[in-house]
Amino acid sequence: MLAIDARGLSLVFTTRDGPVQALSDIHLTVAPGEFISLIGPSGCGKTSLLRVIADLESPTGGTLRVNGATPEDARLRRDYGYVFQAPALLPWRSIEANVMLPLEIMGMAKAERRDRAQRQLALVNLADFARKFPWQLSGGMQQRASIARALAFDPQLLLMDEPFGALDEIVRDHLNEQLLTLWGKTRKTVMFVTHSIPEAVFLSTRIVVMSPRPGRIHDIIDCDLGADRPLEIRETPEFLRIAQRVREGLRAGHSYER
Amino acid sequence: MRDSAALPVAVVSLGIAALWYLAAIGLNWQVVADMQTRAGATPDFGAMITLTLSHSRPLLPAPHQIIEELWRSTMTLPITSRRSLVHHAWITLSAALVGFGMGSALGVLLAVAIVHVRALERSLMPWIIASQAVPVLALAPIVIVALGALGMTDLLPKAIISAYLCFFPVTIGMVKGLSAPDALSRDLLRTYSATPAQIFWRLRVPTSLPYLFAGLKVAVAAAVVGAIVAELPTGAQAGLGARLLAGSYFGQTIQIWSALFAAAIVSASLVGALSLAERLVVRRMGARA
Repeated sequence: MLAIDARGLSLVFTTRDGPVQALSDIHLTVAPGEFISLIGPSGCGKTSLLRVIADLESPTGGTLRVNGATPEDARLRRDYGYVFQAPALLPWRSIEANVMLPLEIMGMAKAERRDRAQRQLALVNLADFARKFPWQLSGGMQQRASIARALAFDPQLLLMDEPFGALDEIVRDHLNEQLLTLWGKTRKTVMFVTHSIPEAVFLSTRIVVMSPRPGRIHDIIDCDLGADRPLEIRETPEFLRIAQRVREGLRAGHSYER
Repeated sequence: MRDSAALPVAVVSLGIAALWYLAAIGLNWQVVADMQTRAGATPDFGAMITLTLSHSRPLLPAPHQIIEELWRSTMTLPITSRRSLVHHAWITLSAALVGFGMGSALGVLLAVAIVHVRALERSLMPWIIASQAVPVLALAPIVIVALGALGMTDLLPKAIISAYLCFFPVTIGMVKGLSAPDALSRDLLRTYSATPAQIFWRLRVPTSLPYLFAGLKVAVAAAVVGAIVAELPTGAQAGLGARLLAGSYFGQTIQIWSALFAAAIVSASLVGALSLAERLVVRRMGARA
């Protein structure tokens, strides 16, 4: 069964200035366990695609199956964890209580909730910060907490919308490594939206290059650099070759002159 | 923080007191001068000042006269006495508190209804706003008389007037507060397929608390005003409103002002208690110390 199966998917927003084609004729199949990056300039529909998969928007055309079900059914049975651009931690809850929020909503027993929250926080190296409140943590730590929250209920699919976009490069490198380790351990299917070519090449098994107006898929690039990827892999010819192809795809798909 | 604020607070308080004394001298001067002329006395300037600040029925009593009267009518009389200000303040306070409870509850309920049924915002809101455009001074006698005819006297009619003033700021604040969660947080809860009840208790209510407290503080001060106004048309048997009315019948300005001060002290204490409650709640919610 495919994790994601999109055929001819389209999404049109009605705005005051007329309809906007956010997604046009999207064909994409994702097998379980893949790490897919969606890359492209602003307005190319990468976030919209993620939101359609998450049933936060309803597609206006085509078909979409998420783990074999409609997006709504997938959402209702809590098939995916969503990591937003901002950490979106509730400021009145401690870090631990934030991680326990989805578990609370799902009606899990208190002991089990606490146990899971502790395990997830340990996984993102935040075990010592469980009792802190969000404002006491740095931006990178907050984003890690939000990843722990998305993983807490053990969803099959992880949808990540530029989770490290607001962070500086050093923190971002560090979190990329951690995310890769996490993915290696859990083997979740990941859909990862990013602006950064190195980030996409470093993390992904496949890279989906998108282009704007209308938002569409320009190219899909295989990118398997193997399971073991130290940060230094970014200096290798293989890495640079894929990065070059992604860059060309972005350039071809998006011309400012038009 | 607290210490650095002490000096400005003291300076402003002293400034107000000084202006007040000047105003008292100015306003009472003519009254005192007329009395002295009638008595055939010609006091010098210093004596005139003393007389303007110690007149028994001044146009504007001096601060120390009000404080003396407050002390006499609260500390030296048994609180069961009909002339004890504590007795009257309690009568007003109890009506205000009951009204505050009813009004706040009504205000919150209205806000919850409005936030959940959007059609209610358009159908209910104009009436809610119109209700506050009616001067409570005009409305109070009607309500008191109508409820009196139904056999309701004493506390309850006054509490209803208080509640009438109270619910409004709470409703306005809570409609704003319950709608305050941002799109991101709402999306987050949607990804968990949270039920409306879960969204309400886990997101909307915590987000609304600062708005609730702001509304409650306005409401509690309005509750005291409501209770006092409601005491005026009843023939003024008891309560701070009664003291105000009796004071004005008999030209007892010092009694009027001490009743006003008592009302201000009651209101300020209630607002202070709410601020304290807010601080405790906010601290439990992990706010920066």
